[in-house]
Amino acid sequence: MTIAVIQFGGSNCDRDSVQALEAMGFDAELVWHEDGLPDDTTGIMLPGGFSYGDYLRAGAMAARSPIMQDVREAAVDGTPVLGVCNGAQIGCESSLTPGAFTTNESARFQCEHVHLRVENADTPWTGQYEEGEVIELPIAHGEGRYEITDDRLEELEGDGRILFKYCDAEGEVSPEANPNGSKHAVAGVTGESDHVAVMMPHPERASLEDLDRTDGQPVLSGFAD
Amino acid sequence: MTAFTATVTVRLKRGVLDPEAATTQRSLERLGFELDDLRSADVFELDLDAEDAEDAADRAEEMAERLLANPTIHDYDVAVAEQE
Repeated sequence: MTIAVIQFGGSNCDRDSVQALEAMGFDAELVWHEDGLPDDTTGIMLPGGFSYGDYLRAGAMAARSPIMQDVREAAVDGTPVLGVCNGAQIGCESSLTPGAFTTNESARFQCEHVHLRVENADTPWTGQYEEGEVIELPIAHGEGRYEITDDRLEELEGDGRILFKYCDAEGEVSPEANPNGSKHAVAGVTGESDHVAVMMPHPERASLEDLDRTDGQPVLSGFAD
Repeated sequence: MTAFTATVTVRLKRGVLDPEAATTQRSLERLGFELDDLRSADVFELDLDAEDAEDAADRAEEMAERLLANPTIHDYDVAVAEQE
């Protein structure tokens, strides 16, 4: 089994993602987007970065790369897909997941550690956490504010499709603990099926035991399901 | 075939926060200007050959739907003019 970490022009978390996945025992490889998905792909990660310079909108160009049609087909066939940061923006731009990630409320690039509350612990990406558990992951983005219509967001919440919300260290969701102004403090969301998910915080940056916290490992272990 | 310029204007839907516009407005106010609101928009000018204006508008609209706008957060409009 191989997790394909897809590189677009301007991806920059691709090698970190492979390193984190390999450290957890996964077989992972870098796949240049023009080369198409390898035949033995059993998981797909869309890594962070600034694909195509965030031109037009973050993720807009990469989402129209031909490989994304392969990714959508693989997702329909049940292959786990995880988009992180720029990968999350690409996921929403390509309709793998609902909503859009747009300019932070601060209009600034935010690079910091945040607390996240696990909203649904019954998905491949959150199954090793407890519902309501508070974890800490880094964020690094300028366009991470989750936007969607109020009606649609209520539907997603009702269907358990919100993975994480930004919160404080005690798990309280508040405007102060919301780093980018995301609607309802949403930090991650699943697609039609929960084996497809996107999130703005970086689990791969909190997964190596030599480097501080490993709160992100359970997310990446979703590829094992 | 006739040469047209299709102008596609993409703007955030009403009610969607626009931090860049808010920052721009604050800067204008700091310069002493008075204004009630400021909205920003992206404008794309597309030169294309088409049978008629309707054909040109249809094609520009499809480009807006598929790439230039994100329907989750944007509205857009298309205006077509024959090139001089």
